[in-house]
Amino acid sequence: MHMADALISPAVGGTMWAVSAAGIAYCSKKVKEELDERKVPLMGVLGAFVFAAQMINFTIPATGSSGHLGGGMLLAILLGPHAAFLVISSVLVVQALFFADGGLLALGCNIFNLGFFPAFIAYPLIYRKIVRGNVSQGRLALGATLAAIVGLQLGAFGVVLETLASGITELPFSTFVAFMQPIHLAIGIVEGIVTTVVVSFVWKANPQMLEGSPVKAPTGGFPVKTVAAGLLIAAVITGGVVSWYASGNPDGLEWSMAKVSGKEELESTYGIHSMLASLQEKLAFLPDYSFKGTAEASEEAEGDQSARLGTSVSGIVGGAMVLILAFVLGLALKRFATDASSRA
Amino acid sequence: MAEIARSFHDLNYIDTLSCMDSPVHRIDPRAKLATFLIFAVCVVSFGKYEVSALLPYFFFPAVIIPLARIPARYFAGKIVFLLPFAVLIGIFNPLYDRETLLSIAGLPVSGGMISFVSILIRFILTILAALMLVAVTGFTGVCMALERFGVPKTFTTQLMMLYRYIFVLTSEGMRMARARDLRSVGRKGSGLKVYGSLIGYLLIRTWNRAQRIHMAMLSRGYRGDFFLRRPLRITSADIAFGLGWSAVFITLRFINLPRIAGQLIMGVLS
Repeated sequence: MHMADALISPAVGGTMWAVSAAGIAYCSKKVKEELDERKVPLMGVLGAFVFAAQMINFTIPATGSSGHLGGGMLLAILLGPHAAFLVISSVLVVQALFFADGGLLALGCNIFNLGFFPAFIAYPLIYRKIVRGNVSQGRLALGATLAAIVGLQLGAFGVVLETLASGITELPFSTFVAFMQPIHLAIGIVEGIVTTVVVSFVWKANPQMLEGSPVKAPTGGFPVKTVAAGLLIAAVITGGVVSWYASGNPDGLEWSMAKVSGKEELESTYGIHSMLASLQEKLAFLPDYSFKGTAEASEEAEGDQSARLGTSVSGIVGGAMVLILAFVLGLALKRFATDASSRA
Repeated sequence: MAEIARSFHDLNYIDTLSCMDSPVHRIDPRAKLATFLIFAVCVVSFGKYEVSALLPYFFFPAVIIPLARIPARYFAGKIVFLLPFAVLIGIFNPLYDRETLLSIAGLPVSGGMISFVSILIRFILTILAALMLVAVTGFTGVCMALERFGVPKTFTTQLMMLYRYIFVLTSEGMRMARARDLRSVGRKGSGLKVYGSLIGYLLIRTWNRAQRIHMAMLSRGYRGDFFLRRPLRITSADIAFGLGWSAVFITLRFINLPRIAGQLIMGVLS
């Protein structure tokens, strides 16, 4: 679920950085306004708790595998959405920097996918609506499980949309969605069950932690303004992505048909310019597409084969040279550095 | 379990590296953070079929790692460990994008293969950048730099508190897991029920710990500020580091060095 830098383009990465930065700024302001000083260490330690909880896993019944806590929904339930968003973001920063779990540039995307959806969509719109004041075992279980599943599903869909907008992998939208959503449904169910088990335990052992959580539970439902602002941001982003996608590709069905048939043709025959054209049409609207259109490519392929070979060989020779140079430079610098330190 | 313990060990190790002293460690965290971010942006901004122009970016780690006297072997191991994820991301490209884009000695190479290789190279470069940044700056330094760049103090404080207690709580979590494993010979006890109360207890203990920490902080005069051992001061060397490397990255973004070098060599040979 953590996106790597290779999955996104700088434009998408930058946009999501800006969106997540705005989210962090907004939540920081909110948390500060609440003026509950006790929460400063509590938030930090609960973030560390997420790491600690991941040290312990359990056996999933009937399968051979084991699972552990993800933590997003649990944090939202314990801390409320604003503080939870900050804690999730901080956890993701540490994961990106120390475990290379998600890239630097993709950090904005990851914070949005894994923080925004659980804290500002799934928690207020599902968990709070279901639990709403009168806590009971059943309501807790239903609320936590549903919210965890929906939060993760939205997050997975966010990954698909961001990858699509970046135009990095050639995975067709539908195929990628068909991969991502079911996998994250399974993960979401596990996450929901774990969250339920932990929350019910806490509710039995120390009920104040849930009811009198440091965040004053907003009476009369969740502030509509926050949700509206959040939804607006989501709508603008989704709208932008979808419209961009749609404009380059007016008919999704036609495109997917051409795609499927194109693959079959590719396997059976050679010289299928018409099919390549449909493939190219799809590729051409993606950004950063550095090679020329079909017409030019095929002309080149027929005509100037030798010249193309020439440039590609020189590219490979040059690339190898650069790599060797970098390696040698590194070794030399290392020797230099150790010499300097041993002399000192 | 072994894997998680391993990643915890990694955290510890990078933290140790960041406490070392070298010319690179001494550069202001702000200059380093900005430089590494520009590096990542430049690497990711290339077209999806670009391979050769990405290679000169390896000069950056090749210079920084020895100068900072941090072990290259550690980073290599880390990348090998993480590479399967990158392979997973790009593995479908060769299947979907089969158009021949170039041929080497008569062997056709499809666009999908090229973009797959390109994804792998980017993945390696960006992972290197993130790990190197922490290894030469330290997490507190990164947080301080973030704060000076305008990140809200609430968030940077959160980052530092989180980081401080990761070490305390993960060892607690590991002790609990080990204790349970020793008592649940076979599979009994590793199920959801025991797990729930185990995590629940950990949570309650964490909660109480947070209250004690808060009292301790207050009694030591905490007023919302943390202090750094190395004071932040931008010198001309820091500016030179930041601007110099950024200029290199941006130049390499627009000039394909390997192709030029290769053409030169081929020209001389023929």
